Amino acid sequence: MLVSTKWLNEYVNINGIKPEVLAEKITRSGIEVDSIIDRSHGMTNVVVGYVKECVKHPEADKLNICQVDVGDEVTQIICGAPNIAAGQKVIVARTGAILPGDFKIKKAKLRGEESNGMICSLQELGIEGKHVAKAYAEGIYVLPNDALVGADALPLLGLDDTILELDLTPNRSDALSMLGVAYEVAAILSQGIALPSINYKESNEKASDVLKLRVEATKDNPMYVAKVVKNVKIGESPLWLQNYLMAAGVRPHNNVVDITNYVLMEYGQPLHAFDYDRLKTGEIVVRHAIEGERITTLDDADRTLNTHNLVITNGEEPVALAGVMGGANSEVHEGTTTVVIESAYFAPSSVRQTSKEVGLRSDASTRFEKGVDPNRVQEAAERAAQLMAEIAGGEVLAGSVVFDELDKTPVQITVSPDYINNRLGMKISMDEMLTILERLRIPTQAINGKLVIDAPTRRQDLRIKEDIIEEIARMHGYDEIPKTLPVTESKPGGLTPYQAKRRIVRQFLEGAGLLQAITYSLTSKEQSQAYALETAPVTELLMPMSEDRAILRQSLIPHMLEAATYNVARRIDSVSIYETGSVFLGVEEDGLPREVEHVAAVLTGKWVDNAWQGETKKVDFFVLKGIIEGMMDRLGMSASLSFEQASLEGMHPGRTASILLNGENIGMVGQIHPTEQKKRDLKETYVMEINLEKVLSTNTDELLYVPVPRYPSMSRDIALVVSTDTSAGTLETIIRQAGGKLLKDVKLFDLYEGDNVEDGKKSIAFSLTYFDPERTLTDEEVVKAHDKVLNALTEADAQLRG
Amino acid sequence: MEKQLQQLKEEALVKIQEATSVKELNDVRVAYLGKKGPITDLLKGMGKLPAEERPKMGALVNVVRESVTESLEARMALLEEEAINAQLANEAIDVTLPGRPAPTGNHHPLTRVVEEIEDFFISMGYEIAEGPEVEKDYYNFEALNLPKGHPARDMQDSFYISEDVLLRTHTSPVQARTMEAKGGEAIKIICPGKVYRRDNDDATHSHQFTQIEGLVVGENIRMSDLKGTLDLFAKKMFGEEREIRLRPSFFPFTEPSVEMDISCFKCGGDGCNVCKKTGWIEILGAGMVHPNVLQMAGYDPTAVTGFAFGMGPERIAMLKYGVEDIRHFYTNDTRFISQFHRTEA
Ligand SMILES: [Zn+2]
Repeated sequence: MLVSTKWLNEYVNINGIKPEVLAEKITRSGIEVDSIIDRSHGMTNVVVGYVKECVKHPEADKLNICQVDVGDEVTQIICGAPNIAAGQKVIVARTGAILPGDFKIKKAKLRGEESNGMICSLQELGIEGKHVAKAYAEGIYVLPNDALVGADALPLLGLDDTILELDLTPNRSDALSMLGVAYEVAAILSQGIALPSINYKESNEKASDVLKLRVEATKDNPMYVAKVVKNVKIGESPLWLQNYLMAAGVRPHNNVVDITNYVLMEYGQPLHAFDYDRLKTGEIVVRHAIEGERITTLDDADRTLNTHNLVITNGEEPVALAGVMGGANSEVHEGTTTVVIESAYFAPSSVRQTSKEVGLRSDASTRFEKGVDPNRVQEAAERAAQLMAEIAGGEVLAGSVVFDELDKTPVQITVSPDYINNRLGMKISMDEMLTILERLRIPTQAINGKLVIDAPTRRQDLRIKEDIIEEIARMHGYDEIPKTLPVTESKPGGLTPYQAKRRIVRQFLEGAGLLQAITYSLTSKEQSQAYALETAPVTELLMPMSEDRAILRQSLIPHMLEAATYNVARRIDSVSIYETGSVFLGVEEDGLPREVEHVAAVLTGKWVDNAWQGETKKVDFFVLKGIIEGMMDRLGMSASLSFEQASLEGMHPGRTASILLNGENIGMVGQIHPTEQKKRDLKETYVMEINLEKVLSTNTDELLYVPVPRYPSMSRDIALVVSTDTSAGTLETIIRQAGGKLLKDVKLFDLYEGDNVEDGKKSIAFSLTYFDPERTLTDEEVVKAHDKVLNALTEADAQLRG
Repeated sequence: MEKQLQQLKEEALVKIQEATSVKELNDVRVAYLGKKGPITDLLKGMGKLPAEERPKMGALVNVVRESVTESLEARMALLEEEAINAQLANEAIDVTLPGRPAPTGNHHPLTRVVEEIEDFFISMGYEIAEGPEVEKDYYNFEALNLPKGHPARDMQDSFYISEDVLLRTHTSPVQARTMEAKGGEAIKIICPGKVYRRDNDDATHSHQFTQIEGLVVGENIRMSDLKGTLDLFAKKMFGEEREIRLRPSFFPFTEPSVEMDISCFKCGGDGCNVCKKTGWIEILGAGMVHPNVLQMAGYDPTAVTGFAFGMGPERIAMLKYGVEDIRHFYTNDTRFISQFHRTEA
């Protein structure tokens, strides 16, 4: 909402208050002032000129040489506007003037002819083109004949004005009108308010004699007021009216249309003007459209209607889309002489639906959507009639044609000062509350120590006690509220075990050198199920904004790979990132997808990069596996963890493992398939993804102290030659099973394939630690235990070396 | 013999001074003081001397022997020190060479902000509540006093999955769910999480972003409690000198509703480009829980009251760290994320 302070001053006395100060007061008490616009843009030396003579420039077709009386002299100005003519009063920026955009007017020579200034269009004075009347949109502005030559043009054009741009919250639709803003400002300043006084002479003829009204859709249109004005003379509006409209961001058209827009801005009540003769039938019928019925609206669009669209008809065909836009067939035009003024209450939901459907949001529809003031429907019609009589020379027929089933009783709210004070944590006296409500012009009585309030219908946001609390608080000032802390049952706050362990997972992965990434949940159809740990139906948006963000992800990996590619493309060759986030699987009974939190990591490039010491190591499977093992150990689950060779879509068939917790599959780790790597412009890249919820909801092994060894341990090394497809894990299991209770630890310390080892075989070495917590082991005991291990290995076709 | 002894001493002392290494010096020791050395020989030959000369000669040999030993030890200490010095000089390294890098990962800046906020409220006795990102229209809107067709629904155009299911547009449905689950008990929670809105991604908009909201419900919870809580929060998060101010605003689920500004942490309130010359920065929205919201969740609004607040970690991170484009949080450029590894203040 754009509020001209000049216009506002007609209702509330704001003289002498700086716009910045006023804006701050308005903002602090409830309505945010988004910006303050100085319409003068600091312009000077812009005056009214009279074009005494205008001849074509001999050297340039499109230029005219004008002799312009600017008050203290007659000077020559070259003008290229197509609509310039002798005898016009025009806006002249004299030499030395500075126009918006730091445009300095200097003496100039145009094709040999001197030019002392510039004849201006409104756009050149900083008015937006779309707010300039069509007649002047392509040329200079022509002032009315009574403009005083040599006078400052800015006040004449209303440019000695400051606009406050209000950012209104949806509840404050009352401030979508100058009067609404006036009520607010008057309350803030404790000022009086001057409402427009409406009086005009009615003709003897009655409106009801010439116009019939029938409302069929009474629910969507509970009130309709029509007034008839005869003998109007369509023409340009007076300058003050045009100025106010332009200040409010409305383009002037002609006096009748301008008046309806003016009253809309003044009262917040949208009006429509029909050409009575073009209505043809002398009748207005408000009803829902017939399926497939058509209307051509004022913007020349042909629209097909549905049965829920409310239309105004002449009894035969639609003449307006109620509350949204008028029809072209009944539009006021130059030859109009009799006007029907429509002022109505259209149900917000009906207007919202129709305006959304036809894609039209107008000053009118936005106000109807919020609900207009039931008590201003009639008054706004009267105000328009008055102005048509005053400005357009119209003759207002007596009375109105009215349909009215609209409930106009105010909402009554009873609230005690204690209730208000208890909720604010303050002690405001009842007297002060009464004063505040009086300033706001909210009729209130003090009855039995309570405030009994009749909420004015212009304030549709006042419904319950809490709304009154807000009125009191904002007018009293939020700065006055003390700072206290809630007194509640004292319970320790904290993280749930799940949340605490999630933080541990993050800290561990970061300690291991991974950066935390956050990627989007929405992805494309192709990526939605890639790398998913389980197969489930996808969750799709009804109306995606793009194909890339159409479906919820089932794996974190695809977007993390995108992040890796993004980095690699920027010459960051080594990327190690992880993410924790939800994946979305299938649909549960309650209609929502199953959301499962996962943790994933992507590693590519170098893991160790310490080149000057000759230590550089590429990322490999075991780097990532080691991280997973470390993480699970930190969570106290290393004993339940195992890995199993796996073959998964999109993954390297020989370098991928399933991750198992107590034998249950919880995730995977491995290298992505080389064709995937190539597709994504990545080198060797390893990924892992784990169902974090399964991990964090699994009980951690109990943490119990094991006595620090008091007796020495003994170690024995074993070197084996085995077939290449015998896994280290298998051998370790054999060793552990055979070693008995004295065997405390098994560590693989060497692995070799190649020279000196037969084809199809590999050499593998383990170090075994034997230990008894109760005493020092004897050689014989260790030999006995170790022999069992050696036998078991031999039985499993392992060949002992050395 | 005395003369011979004197000569031997002179000779040994010269050799000692001439030795340039520990080894050479040891050779000298062996040569003169060893079992086969001349001094030992002399001592052995003492038996041939007449008895009355023996004590005198014995004393003399011992003097010579001590003098040689002393000189040897002095020389040895010197040579050993030289040897150590030489070794140390040899072991010297260029300390300006780069150190071996320790692994350094870190939180995403949004997690950093969220955890900082969580930790503050945990210290005030709050719990962390979480809920689904795909939500029912009922919890996302209706239970929050936003019935179907409510004009405020336009404020947050949403991604619908079906008529009744959508990607949550705020974390408030977690509050609605918590209230419903607690069945009338007092509540003090913080709800962080991802939220989604139908926005084109640009420097200031993101279709996915983060929110963190708080809710306190109980007997006699007042607006002054909200103000006191937010004041402590602002000081903890943005510095002890921060002042807060509340401005009236509108949210369908609170009444009264306010927006909270903090005095600009960049300029202290004098006006700068961070605060757009106003001295104040808008940080969060808050208010007293709307009675309809309490009622729908099964609370008696005449018996209990509550306050709620909500803020955007992206905005806070952008303000705190001077990040100019919200998209930085989601492109996962490691050069961006890794900047947030160190502590502040
Ligand atoms: Zn500042």
